[in-house]
Amino acid sequence: MHNKTIAQISRDLAAGEYSSVEITQHLLDRIAQQDSTYNAFITVTAEQALAQAKAADENRAAGNASVWTGVPMAHKDVFCTNGVLTTCGSKMLSNFVAPYDATVVSNFNNAGAVSLGKLNMDEFAMGSSNENSFFGPVKNPWNHDCVPGGSSGGSAAAVAARLVPGATATDTGGSIRQPASFCGVTGIKPTYGRVSRWGMIAYASSLDQGGAIARSSEDAAMMLNVMASFDPKDSTCVDQAVPDYTANLNDSVEGLTIGLPKEYFRDDLSAEMQQQIRDAVAEYEKMGAKVKEISLPNTHLAIPSYYVIAPAECSANLSRMDGVRFGHRCEDPKDINDLYKRSRGEGFGEEVKRRIMVGAYTLSAGFYDAYYKQAQQVRRLVKNDFVAAFKDVDVIMGPTAPSPAFKAGEKTSDPVAMYLEDIFTIALNLAGLPGMSIPCGQINGLPVGLQLIGNYFNESRLLNLGHQFQQATDWHLKTPAGLV
Amino acid sequence: MEWEVVIGLEIHAQLATKSKIFSGASTQYGADANTQACAVDLGLPGVLPVFNEEALRMAVKFGLAIDAEIGKKSVFDRKNYFYPDLPKGYQTTQLHHPIVGIGHIDIELDNGETKRINVTRAHLEEDAGKSVHEGFEGMSGIDLNRAGTPLIEIVSEPEMRSAKEAAAYFRKMHSIVTYLGICDGDLSQGSMRCDCNVSLRPKGQQEFGTRTEIKNVNSFRNVERAIEAEIARQMDILEDGGRILQETRLYDADKNETRGMRSKEVANDYRYFPCPDLLPILIEDNYIEAVRETLPELPDAKRHRFVKDHGLSATDAAVLAADRELAHYFETAAKLVNDYKLAANWVQGDVSATLNRLEISIGQLPVSAEQLGRILLLIKDSTLNNGGAKEVFNALVALGEAGKADSSVEKVDALVDSMGLKQVSDTGAIEAIVAEVLANNPKLVEGYLATPVEKRGKAMGPFIGLTRKAAAGVNPQVVMEVLKQKLEELG
Repeated sequence: MHNKTIAQISRDLAAGEYSSVEITQHLLDRIAQQDSTYNAFITVTAEQALAQAKAADENRAAGNASVWTGVPMAHKDVFCTNGVLTTCGSKMLSNFVAPYDATVVSNFNNAGAVSLGKLNMDEFAMGSSNENSFFGPVKNPWNHDCVPGGSSGGSAAAVAARLVPGATATDTGGSIRQPASFCGVTGIKPTYGRVSRWGMIAYASSLDQGGAIARSSEDAAMMLNVMASFDPKDSTCVDQAVPDYTANLNDSVEGLTIGLPKEYFRDDLSAEMQQQIRDAVAEYEKMGAKVKEISLPNTHLAIPSYYVIAPAECSANLSRMDGVRFGHRCEDPKDINDLYKRSRGEGFGEEVKRRIMVGAYTLSAGFYDAYYKQAQQVRRLVKNDFVAAFKDVDVIMGPTAPSPAFKAGEKTSDPVAMYLEDIFTIALNLAGLPGMSIPCGQINGLPVGLQLIGNYFNESRLLNLGHQFQQATDWHLKTPAGLV
Repeated sequence: MEWEVVIGLEIHAQLATKSKIFSGASTQYGADANTQACAVDLGLPGVLPVFNEEALRMAVKFGLAIDAEIGKKSVFDRKNYFYPDLPKGYQTTQLHHPIVGIGHIDIELDNGETKRINVTRAHLEEDAGKSVHEGFEGMSGIDLNRAGTPLIEIVSEPEMRSAKEAAAYFRKMHSIVTYLGICDGDLSQGSMRCDCNVSLRPKGQQEFGTRTEIKNVNSFRNVERAIEAEIARQMDILEDGGRILQETRLYDADKNETRGMRSKEVANDYRYFPCPDLLPILIEDNYIEAVRETLPELPDAKRHRFVKDHGLSATDAAVLAADRELAHYFETAAKLVNDYKLAANWVQGDVSATLNRLEISIGQLPVSAEQLGRILLLIKDSTLNNGGAKEVFNALVALGEAGKADSSVEKVDALVDSMGLKQVSDTGAIEAIVAEVLANNPKLVEGYLATPVEKRGKAMGPFIGLTRKAAAGVNPQVVMEVLKQKLEELG
């Protein structure tokens, strides 16, 4: 039952093959038995899940069912859930219970979905390996010595390990696509402004975007149908009609032009990786798509620009975590400054502190122009590269990450090596473009992800391309060795 | 040495929106602590600001009222600093692209001249909460009801040259924002607060001296006194050859002195940057024009009109136009009686005296403008004499004080009747009374007739007194006329 996709579960529930309570109980049991291995969940909400499942079954019996009624899923612990712990992977929020649901959470609740719990992540979504969580690292189901990627490592691992058929996630610099790539699952980061950020704890507000991780493009489309909405509570949310993302999954890709940026296939990308990606692109050529080499000349500026802008925004976004109104507070503070220093010193992990420090530095008087302002100008250059490219091509493809999943501990002492993990993903966040990662091959038994980059609000096209690939290949159906 | 004083003011005015600048919580003053602070005001994780467009409309209205440039694109920035009553750890404000650009207002000087003071800018921002230091045994309480209340910060050019000018500027700004209805102007509740930048320089020197900033002064009187005190302090230091330290100071009204705040409280690098949660505000010309349509007549225009169209003195006009409610009261009454001078005298006389005595605002006066208009009309048509009019006015005030206020015009007439204040102006009736008085006082009549004609005016006095004694409320003017006529008939 746990191998079923969202689409299958939806159909099975409609056909009465099993009830929502049954599949929910089955997955809860599986989580209880297996998650001690993966550590994908921070909080399992068994009781609420069964109550939601029961209500879903009753609704279905009463004839009030939609495609999501009774379908189980789970949320990255960055999304606030009314009455349920929301930690953001941090000691700072290890006691935080929000009095409201994120819009994404209420969208799923309203659709009738069943939430099984809250998924592990790098602290405040800062990291590429899920080793920065206060609640411990997450294991990659394909190889327990490897990281699942980050920051949505819990979401990707839970989906890959068949603990949930789909999970919400967020992506600030690659946090959906890179773990999807590492865990052999499908992940989509929509256009900035497509999914509401209300109730999604901010890391870098101008880059953060909610999205989905699932086992197929079809499932990702079903999730996006629920997640995407215009939300007046988020001023950066775009008021544009939400299409049915499943409607165009079967469109032909014949005649489409795929752009391959030469900057994504440089010599420092291993020959094996290059081959995997080119093989995947060849599948599309078989379907009648054309391939064109393009250039995104400012690609090398994306990481430096990102690591000025994101820390600057996070330095302000995380100021509210001060131990005054909620979250971790130090014991017996002497005065307000002591309270601030110790609460924050104790509550934040190393990577979070590093980014806050970098951000505070780049915004300080005398440095602003050289760093923050400059980075914003570079950001525009990066965006312009894409705008120009999309005049000639329909979609851009390349690797999601420079390599398959790496070993835990391998990069923890070298932040820059860790930051380079996001070299192919970060530019999209700077530009606000939608991107997707689908499994397209394997190296040494570890999945490789193909990244698809679309023009603004062209999620349907990405999902269509993903679905067509998954109709022609079976990489997305592969299961981690030893998975029970 | 002769010193020149240089003063610039930064005025924070709370905008009178119903809800906060970035949340739906109420801005009502005086509620129980933290009952008007929602998740956004508390700065909980995951919440986002949504800009209240009413605050924009009010800020634009202000900009138009001071003839300022309106920022077609204004941008919210985050001003970062840690303070317990600042929930997000940053204040959302506008640094480089304020909603209101360069403008100006005119203030009236003691010598009757007006002086133009330029306004550098005015920007939108959110207010912080309040720290409460009493009653928490070594801890501090935080009340976030005020957090997120919309403010405009109005920054003047350093163009004021005395504490009096500064106070006049503050008063004029108060007058403008209350006229516009964008701020309730209640200084005691902190609806308007003022930071005063003060420096001295040798007369004739171009370069500014080192300035100090007196924070959060909250009354007209204290602005003047605080600046006076700071000028005196700086002058003492400079005269002794000392140097002024650039710092933030607080004014202690009880001791009438300013004192420096600890440098720890002020040494901040605010690390401003554009707020990524809010889009830039883009304004089009037709929006600005639509707001312009809603501008009321402003104090200066009203003042000029009172002088030009209604013949009031410049002083009377200035006093009556300064406060929108008072001006409205005055105009309503004046229009009813169609005598602006009479109304002006009453409003500045009995009305103002009553307001001062009861310590109330014009809106709370138990005598409505319509009632005053009616009273004045009754004076004009001789139904009431001045004394009677005051009695009616005071009776209405007394009713109000007793909690039985009645603001109807009919009440005025009812009181005139019940208090027997109606003057007898009917010539026939007065003729009869006068005839009786003359008949009963033959000796007085004899004496009068014996008086030379040129002195008879004075000699009429006793008859007037007797007539009025015989019938209270007779119109003295009619009595005079009838007496004159009757006595002349006698010889």
